Amino acid sequence: MTEKIGVYVCHCGSNIAGIVDVEGVAKWAAERLAHRGVVIARDYKFMCSSLGQELIEKDIKELGLTRVVVAACSPHLHEQTFRTACARAGLNPYLCELVSIREQVSWVHTDKSAATAKAKAVLSGGVERVIRHAPLEPLRVPIHPATLVVGGGIAGIQAALEIADSGTPVYLVEREPSIGGHMAQFDKTFPTLDCSACILTPKMVSVGTHPNITLMTYAEVTNVDGFVGNFEVTIRQKPRYVKVDLCTGCGVCEEKCPKKVIDDVFEAGMGQRKIIYRPFAQAVPKYPVLDRENCTYFLKGTCKACEKFCPTEAIDFEQKAEDITIQVGNIILATGFDLFNVRRIPQYGFGRLPNVFSSLEFERLCNAAGPTNGTIVLRDGKTTPKTVGIIHCVGSRDDNFNAYCSSICCMQSLKFAHLVRERTGAEVYNFYIDMRAPGKGYEEFYHRLLEEGVHFVRGKVAEVSDFARLPGEEGHLIVQVEDTLIGKQRRIPLDMVILSAGLEPRHDAKQVAKVFGISCSADGWYIEKHPKLDPVATMTEGIYIAGVVQGPKDIPASVAQGAAAAARVMGRIQQKEIALEPVRASIDETRCSGCRICNALCPFNAILYHADKAVSEVNPALCQGCGTCVAACPAGAISGTVFSDEQVLSQLDGLLLRNLQPVEA
Amino acid sequence: MTEPFEPVIIGFTCNWCSYRAADLAGTARVKYPPNVRLIRLMCSGRLDPTFVLKALASGADGVMITGCHPGECHYLEQNYKAMRRYQLLKRMLSQMGVEPGRVKLVWASAAEGVRLASEITKMVEEIRALGPLGWATAGAAAALPHKSAALEVPA
Amino acid sequence: MTTNGKPKFAMDWAAGCGGCEIAVLNIHEKILDVDANFEVVFWPVAMDAKYKDVEAMPDQSITLCLLNGAIRNSENQQIAELLRRKSKILVAFGSCACEGGFPALSNLTTTAETLDTAFSTVSTDNPQKIRPQPSYAVPEGVLEIPHMYSVVRSLDQVVPVDYYMPGCPPESEQIAAVVELVIKALKGEATLPAAGSVIGAGHSTVCDECTRTRNEKKITGFTRIQDFRQDPILCLLEQGILCNGPATRNGCSARCPIAGVPCVGCYGPTDSARDFGARLMSAVASVIDSTDPQEIERILDGIPDPVGSFYHTNLGGSLLQASKPTWEEDQHAAHHD
Repeated sequence: MTEKIGVYVCHCGSNIAGIVDVEGVAKWAAERLAHRGVVIARDYKFMCSSLGQELIEKDIKELGLTRVVVAACSPHLHEQTFRTACARAGLNPYLCELVSIREQVSWVHTDKSAATAKAKAVLSGGVERVIRHAPLEPLRVPIHPATLVVGGGIAGIQAALEIADSGTPVYLVEREPSIGGHMAQFDKTFPTLDCSACILTPKMVSVGTHPNITLMTYAEVTNVDGFVGNFEVTIRQKPRYVKVDLCTGCGVCEEKCPKKVIDDVFEAGMGQRKIIYRPFAQAVPKYPVLDRENCTYFLKGTCKACEKFCPTEAIDFEQKAEDITIQVGNIILATGFDLFNVRRIPQYGFGRLPNVFSSLEFERLCNAAGPTNGTIVLRDGKTTPKTVGIIHCVGSRDDNFNAYCSSICCMQSLKFAHLVRERTGAEVYNFYIDMRAPGKGYEEFYHRLLEEGVHFVRGKVAEVSDFARLPGEEGHLIVQVEDTLIGKQRRIPLDMVILSAGLEPRHDAKQVAKVFGISCSADGWYIEKHPKLDPVATMTEGIYIAGVVQGPKDIPASVAQGAAAAARVMGRIQQKEIALEPVRASIDETRCSGCRICNALCPFNAILYHADKAVSEVNPALCQGCGTCVAACPAGAISGTVFSDEQVLSQLDGLLLRNLQPVEA
Repeated sequence: MTEPFEPVIIGFTCNWCSYRAADLAGTARVKYPPNVRLIRLMCSGRLDPTFVLKALASGADGVMITGCHPGECHYLEQNYKAMRRYQLLKRMLSQMGVEPGRVKLVWASAAEGVRLASEITKMVEEIRALGPLGWATAGAAAALPHKSAALEVPA
Repeated sequence: MTTNGKPKFAMDWAAGCGGCEIAVLNIHEKILDVDANFEVVFWPVAMDAKYKDVEAMPDQSITLCLLNGAIRNSENQQIAELLRRKSKILVAFGSCACEGGFPALSNLTTTAETLDTAFSTVSTDNPQKIRPQPSYAVPEGVLEIPHMYSVVRSLDQVVPVDYYMPGCPPESEQIAAVVELVIKALKGEATLPAAGSVIGAGHSTVCDECTRTRNEKKITGFTRIQDFRQDPILCLLEQGILCNGPATRNGCSARCPIAGVPCVGCYGPTDSARDFGARLMSAVASVIDSTDPQEIERILDGIPDPVGSFYHTNLGGSLLQASKPTWEEDQHAAHHD
């Protein structure tokens, strides 16, 4: 039985009609594809307009069309539009195909006759394909109201609070002992010079006390099964060696602990901490963590001072790691960033020259609760620097390391410049390539620095050394730089150099992405669904990203993304169910031989093997419709909807115009 | 008087990266020769070698397979399967005398519209230089065997 | 010519080895059913008859004809066309007729190279490089031998075929079952499947009948059965042995892989496969356990002859056949050689 196919060729104003003879293509379809079932072929100025859509709807009703092909723009723009139009007219939306003759033809080719010929071929491919389409229904799945937020930095905190405030439960999982993220390490924030902890800690406290938030710190997600609306997540709660239901957070254990080690996480190696410790004073939750690797008891079997002095007997050396499984409907990943390791640029001398500091080290130096109580001093702990250099773009905008701009380092460098001027009165030099100050109040902040007498040298620093060559350089760090605005090489002697390190994805970002089934770009930042129009969703339904994990950005942008992700999740929860595209694979049990080639091919673990029947089966809710198993099955027992073999091969025939003569009977 | 040879190349793109790259080339109005006709798949992992052979057996002079860069597949790792199949397919095609440049694998992310356009331009010229594939039975052998009408069997 | 009222049966070979004939004879006492229910009018291996006898028969007078062997030379072609004309039901019998069989591997090379291998090898004493001549004059007249085409073809690439019965050879139990079905159908007690079907075989693959244990597949290298001591219970493919079983239609009881010999695909592709080798190659390549292009190349070096290893008996029916000259071109060359 031949289908009744309606063909619609769009002019798109002159976007298509300017290069492709759209009337000619429609006429051609009506003549040369009539034997394939084309009963009507129209051309129209704007098919996506309501009038254009009405043309289709009218034809479906009056001519009894069973298939529709629209030749217009990209399916990524209007596939949904035309599918919905067909549905309105009573035709199953999946019996409609949109082929691109704009992005793929009229916008990229200049030869009109060649473009018209190609448009005909593309349309012919679409017609052949649509004949093999089958009516499909979307898959509906319920949405569990709980949400998982991974990462307790400012983006994660914002997301968790917004969702929790809307009335549904949130699990916030953070792998450090406390939430707060990098923002807790900063002293002041640009451009307002708000104290970072002062604006952050109220939110942290809200999280800690919120009735709808289950806070799990010192914990990591180890496994995610399931699909949007129905995730089953396994979380490994690492042992704190402290019973949290007994601990009052009094801090006596930390006080009495006799051992100290360098704190290279929170203090960036600038300070020390005890073995049983809270990372910082305002830590949320207030329960300390015992560092097993350095604990005298675990190493030698002695001490136990914390246990002796704990007034509530909350210390538990026998505590074990615990695996907890939770059910959630949506997941927000806000796992943040790591700093570029400035050691990788040996010519800047970090680690070799004592008074070269990384940006995070300098933040700790400035912080009133930091290792020097906020006094800016050299590594010797007492000398105030008289000259300070701040190098921008360390590890960013650099083909040798990261090509991208880390977005915040210019503002951070200006902030450092201001703090140094304010607290020490030292001469400050900022070595920059460009000054990036796009945010609200940012440019004004830069001007303030200009007025404060900070020296700005436009040039990429070649090296930082302590090798004195000229008078006045002895005992100083020398920055060698080309001052491009005056076109001269300069050697500038300084007491202290701060390297504004770029932002990088977490060292284990790729592994973590795999656990959640999302992808990273080549840089390692998590990939958003659309870089312009959908920055917080990912390609995996139900998994959202927020904050720097998606790419370098400042605190306001991270907060905005946390809130945006929260809004998306709340929308889903409110709808209670979600419709999934019915692009799925399925296995014909009678043809399947149980060879098990397919089982290992699915990264979503959607293909199960039934040993009793010796056949495999695809779980349609887990299947994401990639079609890899369809292509791999040696028996040809797996078929895929929407991209079946018949559909692809017939499109191929149509593209090569092999369908123009009637098929031999 | 012979018409100059215009190669016909079938391109397989993946919905998430390379098809979007092709769209981006369009939006950016990057120009490339009209010799490539694209088929959209959800993923390069859907690329069945049968499609490549059928394309060549149906009159195409070349096939371009495109997908997300390794490590960036929307479905996590399915482009690796495409890569493995392609590597084996290349060996088989060369045994049958098909020049290596006729079937190409190109990775392109959604942001690489310009690059994809230049890869297409390059391939069109390479195939133009190689000439028509010359699979003489372009079509005949690729069609499914002729099936005769229903039989009568005498009782 | 006498007739005895029974439906007529014929069997002949083209470019084959005789194994199909033996397989038919191997149906043991069921051969008596054949004799009881059919009049065997042409079966060179079993009785004496000449081509002119067949030419003299009325068209469509042979009820069932099993033709095995691929079509390689003009004699094969002529007998295929002749038997097609004279038969009601023409069955492409055996791998060679169905998919080209092993002879189709000759399509990887040229006729000239094939003749060189046959007539001028190291062990052949042929210093003047004499080759077979299509025609040769002797005092008694002109002797002609069939012309060798440049392409090995399956039967249906030459004449329309009613049924396909794959196997190298088809298993005797399957032959017996088909014989019984045809006899019943002739009596009106059963119906034959739709024309164009594959008979005497199943709808799944050899793995369905293979008793070896199978796990998730991760191949790190390819090897051959003579190179190591194989595990008698584990799937051959998982041990790196390139078994064609996963892509091969079942019906043969998986005798070969169970015995430790990798399947060569003689039961041909499944219903939904358009190209046997492409299906198998897609499956095997997909489960190579590496994401590094260079390591994948190294692993693939373990298959020195990919077309041979993935097509074995199925090259004639594959899409790669499109790379060979057309029938018209071949015939034209035949008459102008």
